[in-house]
Amino acid sequence: MDIDELYQEIILDHYKHPRNRGTLENADVKITGKNPFCGDEIILSLKLKDNIVTDVAFEGSGCAISQASASVMTEQIKGKTLSEARELFQEFSKMVKGEINYDPEKMDELAAFKGVCEYPTRVKCALLSWNALKNALEQKKE
Amino acid sequence: MSITEAQIKPEINIKDVRKYFPIFEMPENRDLIYFDNAATSQRPLQVIKTWDKFNREYNANTHRGAYRIAEKATQEYEKARDKVAGFIGAGLSNEIVFVRGATEAINFVAYGWALKHVQAGDEILLSELEHHSNLVPWQMVAQKTGAKLKFIEFDESGQLKMEQYFQLLSAKTRLVAITQMSNVLGSITDVKSIINSALQVNARVLVDGAQTAPHMPVNVSNMDADFYVFSGHKMLGPMGTGVLYAKRERFEEMDPVFFGGSMISDVDYNSSTWNDIPWKFEAGTQNIPGVIGLGAAVDFLQQIGPDSVRAHDQALTDYALEQMQLIGQLKIFGPLTNRGPVISFSLADIHPHDLATFLDSHNIAIRAGHHCAKLIMKRLHVPATARTSFYLYNNKQEIDQFVITLDKAKDYFSKWI
Ligand SMILES: Cc1ncc(COP(=O)(O)O)c(C=O)c1O
Repeated sequence: MDIDELYQEIILDHYKHPRNRGTLENADVKITGKNPFCGDEIILSLKLKDNIVTDVAFEGSGCAISQASASVMTEQIKGKTLSEARELFQEFSKMVKGEINYDPEKMDELAAFKGVCEYPTRVKCALLSWNALKNALEQKKE
Repeated sequence: MSITEAQIKPEINIKDVRKYFPIFEMPENRDLIYFDNAATSQRPLQVIKTWDKFNREYNANTHRGAYRIAEKATQEYEKARDKVAGFIGAGLSNEIVFVRGATEAINFVAYGWALKHVQAGDEILLSELEHHSNLVPWQMVAQKTGAKLKFIEFDESGQLKMEQYFQLLSAKTRLVAITQMSNVLGSITDVKSIINSALQVNARVLVDGAQTAPHMPVNVSNMDADFYVFSGHKMLGPMGTGVLYAKRERFEEMDPVFFGGSMISDVDYNSSTWNDIPWKFEAGTQNIPGVIGLGAAVDFLQQIGPDSVRAHDQALTDYALEQMQLIGQLKIFGPLTNRGPVISFSLADIHPHDLATFLDSHNIAIRAGHHCAKLIMKRLHVPATARTSFYLYNNKQEIDQFVITLDKAKDYFSKWI
């Protein structure tokens, strides 16, 4: 098992220098994601306009995987439509769960998390922010 | 070296105990350093074989069949009860009820005893050191009865504040439910003195022995506990086995929790009467090979001697604490003395999960998380800790390897944190 496959440079860089960290004033949706097993927590705030994610930020604490995943996610979904964001969630979760039928073309920097599928206990960490996003988008639909 | 039956001797020396554990013989596990013993222990060949023998040679239901193998199954099952009673110093074998584990044992006391004997306005004393298993059932009891939960805190070293306990104890205290050893900090509580004081106010005491029964000599009669609970799987026994010890008087005050076959003495259309203690608490077909396997685990520990196990664990723990403290930015949560072989710690700013994954990639199994003890996490103001825990098959070389790998982890993550 090569640990560097998991802790790719991109991941550790995002962990050390998280992008879009903080909270948005006048957020349209604010949602907390928690991992009850390890106590990791992400608070996601989103601004939406015309079905587009115009701004996004996250706060919270946790392991390198969960924090870097949140940071990369914010970069990847900014400017995307809600349905594009949902689709990205689908593809990303397929990848980290080790399913083969995801679309690598869509992954961009998210591809750094591919190694997570070798560590089943860490899949939840990679998906923490994404599950929060999914819940936020569902909330918006209602 | 593989294990043959000839090697299973009646007296077992703790120094070469590892060879009895087949899991370490697997080629892919040869370098495995298993340091998650507080979660579950490995099982020796003697236990595996006992389980296997039941299934191959005398599988039958207990207490029912009038034929040879059913009688053998019943005898072996009841023999296990005698062994367990002897192991924890219970006066009578019928003070032992077999359950699935410590959690079920505590729930048994909550449903069968507490719902009947705890009333609105009563108080149940717990500690902040409790595993969720010895907390959540009492929240249920408090909600149903209107009783109040009160918590004994732990001090900076991780030991219970006994002075605070003495203050909290009052005529209102109906029950004190306390762990004898924390599964996170390793702190050992003087349950004898807890019980002595509880007696003054006529409160009952439940001792959670999940971490002590495997690791040190236990004598429930000397301790004078009303209830003592533990799990088989943390003390070399099969999963899905556990023990509820209660004093005869407590069992007499207690209602069955599960109803059905085996637990009855007579049945009519609208009502039934119960079997004798302990069988009235063992409804339905039990985990018979599991219990017989637990008996084999008790034999194994008895052949080594609980005192030797304790001495071995303690020597390893002292050594580990000494070596770990030499690592810069390593913080130990919990006491340095009067403790068991469970060490919670943090290293630099590395998240416990990242640390556990790093150690895993070096074949070292530790635990990261809240360890089912969120009250401890709250008090320590951390979301999670890393935890290492030892048992009789661990050795100093493994600790050396562990400490070297902690140093490596610090280097690895230091570039980034
Ligand atoms: C102190 C303590 N109490 C209770 C339990 C619960 O044991 P089980 O899960 O076997 O029921 C544990 C196990 O983690 C424990 O360490």
